[in-house]
Amino acid sequence: MSILIDETTNVIVQGATGRDGSFHARQMVADGTKIVAGVTPGKGGQKLDDIPIYSSVQEAQQEHRVDVTVIFVPPKFATGAIKEAADAGVPLIICITEGMPVLEMVENYRYVKEKGLRLIGPNCPGLISPGKCKIGIMPYKIHKEGDIGVISRSGTLTYEVVYNLTVNGMGQSTCVGIGGDPIIGTTFTDLLELFEADPGTAGVVVIGEIGGEDEERAAAFVKEKMSKPVVAFISGRTAPPGKRMGHAGAIISGGKGTPQAKVAAFEDAGVKVADKPDEIPGLMKAALGR
Amino acid sequence: MNIHEYQGKEVFKEYGIPVNDQEIVSTPEAARAAAQRMGTTVVVKAQVLVGGRGKAGGVKLAKTPEEAEARAKEILALTIKGIPVEKVMITPASEILREYYMSITVNRNDKNLLLMMSKAGGVDIEDLAVNRPEEIIRFPIHPTDGIDDNGLTRCLTEVFETPSLVEQAKEVVEKLYKIFQEKDCSLVEINPYALCPNPNGGDENVLMALDAKVNFDDNAVFKHTEVEEMRNPEELSADETAAKAAGLSFVSMDGYIGCMVNGAGLAMATMDIIKLYGGDPANFLDVGGSSNPQKVVDALKIITGNPKVKAILINIFGGITRCDDIANGILEAMKQISIDLPMVIRLIGTNDEEGIAILKGAGLESFSALGDAVEKVVDAAKAASA
Repeated sequence: MSILIDETTNVIVQGATGRDGSFHARQMVADGTKIVAGVTPGKGGQKLDDIPIYSSVQEAQQEHRVDVTVIFVPPKFATGAIKEAADAGVPLIICITEGMPVLEMVENYRYVKEKGLRLIGPNCPGLISPGKCKIGIMPYKIHKEGDIGVISRSGTLTYEVVYNLTVNGMGQSTCVGIGGDPIIGTTFTDLLELFEADPGTAGVVVIGEIGGEDEERAAAFVKEKMSKPVVAFISGRTAPPGKRMGHAGAIISGGKGTPQAKVAAFEDAGVKVADKPDEIPGLMKAALGR
Repeated sequence: MNIHEYQGKEVFKEYGIPVNDQEIVSTPEAARAAAQRMGTTVVVKAQVLVGGRGKAGGVKLAKTPEEAEARAKEILALTIKGIPVEKVMITPASEILREYYMSITVNRNDKNLLLMMSKAGGVDIEDLAVNRPEEIIRFPIHPTDGIDDNGLTRCLTEVFETPSLVEQAKEVVEKLYKIFQEKDCSLVEINPYALCPNPNGGDENVLMALDAKVNFDDNAVFKHTEVEEMRNPEELSADETAAKAAGLSFVSMDGYIGCMVNGAGLAMATMDIIKLYGGDPANFLDVGGSSNPQKVVDALKIITGNPKVKAILINIFGGITRCDDIANGILEAMKQISIDLPMVIRLIGTNDEEGIAILKGAGLESFSALGDAVEKVVDAAKAASA
């Protein structure tokens, strides 16, 4: 089992003819994902290998059932792409794009939510249910089918953690990159709720970082609602306050978003916090009694 | 992106928020002349892009032009939180009857804007939030529907004592909101928002912005040329400026181990692990997700140009980034610059076998476990410092 996506998921790529979009569309096909169509305004009728290209999401929907769209368009056009997908009623919208203006995202968040749809990202690597479906930019080969859920605000740090899990014999049910921006569509808490309900997931790894209070909220959710074990890692313990550490959302400001507060919140909720990524598999094994 | 107080006040003035006159000077003599022109007691205020100026001695009262010159001389000699003071503001001193606080920020949790106000202005708002949180009034602003007029009036009545003050404050909230929306801000703050006698001599006291803090969303600056024009080069260190030009994400730190990593989260974690092993990182550096060898060359130039650096750690987990491109970039950099510092390389992920082979051909070793690489670089840096 997995959350959000599985082997039946039909995926379209918005921005499929661009440099990043075409590269990753091909990569996803190679990794076994059912990419049913690509969308680039004005390029309807073309093809990317065997993938038909349409000029709009709506046109693609006339020919295909669309479960998920993944967006690879530059930040200037990403709001338009998100709204187009939402207007077409695509249930799950994944936005990979980095560099979106915050106020646009405040509005996009509501736009998608009011239509009862889900947005993941922006500024995220996407998500993967190993052996079933990969939607995003992560390297497939480090993953392995299994029963550990992974949620992260980061890209390559997630790969580091997944790699450590895999080499220690712990496969993954679903790994979700929620994105490094201040305003994101889906939070740790939203996904913890899904993992708690997923019979295919035994435990969850949460990879947080400085900035905001999503980790604190996740800790409160774990304390009140979760029966499955959770292991956490927080990056940015050496980051100076007031400096943005690469991710737009990774900043300690106004005394908020400190690593100390996040670690303390998790520990208070009974969540083991690893000091290094390579400690995570051991902590998870101990929590699961394996 | 952050701007100076004087620039913030210029924005406030443009939108009709009441502020005092101001002159910006960079010499004590010019401070004296400005005070002379104002013909009244003035405040001399350091213009630096960090908070805590008052505590650092960067804000002083001067009753005469001579005093203004002396105070400006003292302040222009200061370094506040590592930043030398290059400009001071000369502005008429207001008689302050009461100090309030007012700001608008983005609320990350609720995904809307948040207006915060307090009767306890003039103090550090972060301390207030911790010690007396009940004194901060919070009012959410819906991003698309805008301000709920009745709700705002009710909220303002809790903070401001008379209908006239409520009316003045309401206008300012509306203007701050307009600035926030029109210029893609991430923070607009007035502290203190002060009640002063009417400078024009009327009976009625007036609320004035005696400070201005305006931050912009870095991701939206491209939409606003007038915001870009306000950018201050001193906001970034020389290395940070060079990194920005090269398309690298970089933050200067105080340590001695130079880092080059792909991905922001992994770059932060790499610094944390260096610290855990008893070392100290010299920088945060994310080379990004592309596979351009030139970025590796640029990154290594910046790292090796920092005289504090005793050893270099390269940590790459290939995803979009290909390890063979990184390896080629490292070899290219070694041709262009002489790297006589110990360099520890960790390569794993996409095309790692090819990358490791390229390095091996040039006599360079690489690690696959991050812990081993960090241990090695910390030892090497300590040996180089000994």
